[in-house]
Formats: sequence, structure tokens, C-alpha cells
Amino acid sequence: MIGRNQIIKGMLKPTVFLVCLLPLAQVLLAVSQNQFANPVEAILQSSGEWALRLLMVTLFVTPLQFWFNWAWIARLRRMLGLFAFFYACLHLLIWLALEQEFSGSAVVAALLEKPFITVGMVVFTGLLPLAVTSNRFAVRKLGRRWKALHQWVYPLTVLALVHLTWQVKGSDLLEPVIYLVVLIGLLVWRFSRVLK
Amino acid sequence: MAAYKPVRQIKSSEITDPEVFANRRKLLRMAGYGIGVSATGLLPHMPALAAAPELGDLAAWPGSTDETQTSWEIATSYNNFYELGTDKGDPQRNAHLLKTDPWSVEIDGHCEKPGTYTLEDILKPHALEERIYRMRCVEAWSMVIPWVGFPLGDLLKRFEPTSSAKYVHFQTIMDPENLPGQKSPVLSWPYVEGLRMDEAMHPLTLMSVGIYGKVLPNQSGAPIRLVVPWKYGFKSIKSIVKISFVDKQPDTSWNLAGPREYGFYSNVNPTVPHRRWSQAKERRLDSNSGGLSSLFSSKQDTLMFNGYEEEVASLYTGMDLKENY
Repeated sequence: MIGRNQIIKGMLKPTVFLVCLLPLAQVLLAVSQNQFANPVEAILQSSGEWALRLLMVTLFVTPLQFWFNWAWIARLRRMLGLFAFFYACLHLLIWLALEQEFSGSAVVAALLEKPFITVGMVVFTGLLPLAVTSNRFAVRKLGRRWKALHQWVYPLTVLALVHLTWQVKGSDLLEPVIYLVVLIGLLVWRFSRVLK
Repeated sequence: MAAYKPVRQIKSSEITDPEVFANRRKLLRMAGYGIGVSATGLLPHMPALAAAPELGDLAAWPGSTDETQTSWEIATSYNNFYELGTDKGDPQRNAHLLKTDPWSVEIDGHCEKPGTYTLEDILKPHALEERIYRMRCVEAWSMVIPWVGFPLGDLLKRFEPTSSAKYVHFQTIMDPENLPGQKSPVLSWPYVEGLRMDEAMHPLTLMSVGIYGKVLPNQSGAPIRLVVPWKYGFKSIKSIVKISFVDKQPDTSWNLAGPREYGFYSNVNPTVPHRRWSQAKERRLDSNSGGLSSLFSSKQDTLMFNGYEEEVASLYTGMDLKENY
């Protein structure tokens, strides 16, 4: 007999999977309904914002587990992290294909001349090995080094926030500041526990 | 873009919305005009009566571009007007917060006829014409907009600037109680802009009171704004309350916010990249009916002086435009 808890357990991952696809579905629906004056800009921004938001959600898995005794949430960590990477891939692909139109020289010029783009590319490059080693085989194979490698997610999230903040026009910093406050709180909590 | 030849469109000014047609007499009466007074004198600041009243018969300007016009919906829903909010949808959402009636413009500095002029005084002697210009934003997108207005030079001459007037300084309305953007220090308020005297007197430089044959909607800078088609859009200051004739290069808001990013001149120049945007190409925003396929429309090359090189290059003879960006 399958118990109620098992059904909830079985439903959890597929549900979170679908929820993580909602931002993409929502923005594509809006584009198909001609809701944006500048649709490329809209999907570029949306994918980038969701990559950052999901990175931060991933970092909250451990604290939530600790604060509320939610053991089950740990099982979502890999999927959340991979969705953050998925949105980062979309973000990069949209930028390469639709913003730079696959012009090699334009991409190189942007990487060299625009620091916020350089930082964005560093974040993506840093996330890549984390995504590649997120499977069980790599966890076993890397042993203790796996944890050290995946600690990189903290500085990479900080850099992702730098990437966002650096392109704000004027001093319209409300959204980056909110992310920053949340991120600092999280880092302080996380590392004060490590040091204890 | 090049392969698609647009069908010559019916000028927006030739279409009269029936509701507006019915309202026109009422509008004229309320504006203090007797019936029979030329409709071009219609005061463009009555948002309460109709969202965007028609401006009536307009002279067509021979220099207009025949590129596909941006749709009214895009041009009035995707705006940078930080006084009404920093998101591009904010100006339309918050348009009602801009109070344009009554409106007056203060004229001061080096001129013979300084003073405070009502909007009516400002507009009265000028015949309105429709000019279709390209509009290039520093954010690497562009539109094609049918402006309604008259040359700025014609207005400035009326105030008889003296020989000390080397530059013209413009200021946008300051109303932090009503304008949500002015409650936060996104820019130093009020918004200010400036032109060199010869730029201001150039025949392409327009004072605009309307778009698409209609009165300027608030989000587009009602009731009176500048249009300088060969410069990045932020130079075309909106909702002007003050014009000063000055002898030194005046402050401009974006230059104050980021001096290395936004120069005083800010001429459209594909060879001078901005910190965030390469200026070599631009995305033309003309129609929003493409659905998902609109994601794959390609960008187009940005032209020197936004394609007005022939008309304005002589203003900058001998100047290094990489230094004077």
C-alpha cells in the first residue's frame, strides 16, 4: 500500500520541476501575445533574473532545512541548482544569438570592453563545472573535493549580482539591493555556522 | 527590413476617431476659441476630455522618412521618462500623475524678452507640421515617430537672444509630490538638458506638441517637448517648463549621472560604444504583431548622426567626435 506521505514525496519533484518552468512559459506566452515592445530584451532580462533568483533559492535549501527541520527539501537542491543553470544557459544563448547575432567579433568586443559582460561570462563559466558534476557519479568520484568545488556557488552568486547591478542605469538599485541584503544575510548565517 | 517594402500608410492625421470628432467643438470652446478658429491652435493639454485629442490639419514636411512607422501602442507604452518611473511601462501606467494644465514656460538668461509665457502664448504664432523622424535611444533600440511640432529656432528667435547666448538650457517640470520618480534619487532632479546655440537653431530641431496627429500623451512628454533626431533620445527633453539662454555649456542630467558614459553632445555615433551597449547596431521597434517570430527579427546598422549626417555634420566640423561624445 502506498501511504499518503509517499504520494506527497512522489509528487514533490515533478511539481517543483513544473513550477521552475513557469517563468519561461509565462514570458514566452507574453511574447506570443505581443505584450512586449522589445521582446528580445524581455526574454533576455527574464532569463537572467530567474537564473539569479533560482541560484539564491538553491542557497536557501540548507538554511530552510535547518530552520524548519525540512529534511525533504534537500532532495530538491540538485534540481533547483540545475534549473538556475538552465536559465543561465538560456540567458547566454539569447544574448549570443539574438543580441549579438552570433557575430564573433561583436562578442569578443563586448567581453573585452564591457566589464559587466565579462563578469557574466565568468559566472557562466564557473557554473558549468558545478552543473557537470551535479550527478551521483561525480559526487562519489570526487569525494571530499566535491564539496569544496560546489562551495564556489557562493562567490559565483555574488558575481551574478555584480553582473546585474553593474548594468543598472542611473541609481535605480532597488532590486539589486534587495537581493544583496538577502544574500548577505544568508552568507553571514551560513559562515557563522561554519566558524562555530 | 530592406526586403520588406511597406505599403504607403494612411497618415495618422487623416484618420479622425469619431469620439474625438464629436468632442472637437467642445474642446475648442473649452480652450477659449470661437468656432471657426483654426484647429491648429487647439491647446494640447486636455487629458481629461479624451486620451489623445486630434490636432487637426497638419502641414506635411517634405523631409519625412518613409520607413515603417512604429505603432502608436509601442511608442506610448515603451518610454524612458524617469519622473514617472524607471520601468519602460511605468510612464504609461503613471501618466495621469503628470499635471499639464495649466502650463507655462519660463524664459530667462541672455535674451531681450525673458518672462513666463503660458503654453498658449508659446504656441500661438506657430503653424504645426508633421515630421516623421527616426528616434534612436542610447539603449540600442530605435523607433520611427510622426512628431507634430514646429522648429525650435522659430520659438527661440521670438525671445531675441543676445550675442552672449551660446547655449540653450532646458528644464523638465519639478513636481515631486505628484511625480513618483522624483521621490527617489535615481537622477538629480529636475531633469535638465542643453544644446549649443547652433544645434538649437538647426532646422531639424523640433519643439513637439503631438505624435501621430494627436496631442502628446503625458508619457511622451506632454504638453511640450524637444526632439533632436540626430542625438540619442535622452537629449530630447520632455515636459519643458524652463528655457534659459546661457553663455557656458550647461549641465545635462545624464552627464551628471555618468560623465564618462553620457557626453554633452551625445550625437548618435556607431563608432563610439557605450559602457553597456555597443552602438554599432540597433533594434528597430516598429510593430508588435509578430508573436514569437518577433524574437528573430534582426538588428540593423546604426547610421552616423542617426542618418541625418548630411544635414548636421557641418555643425561639428573640426571636432573630434570621439572626445566630444
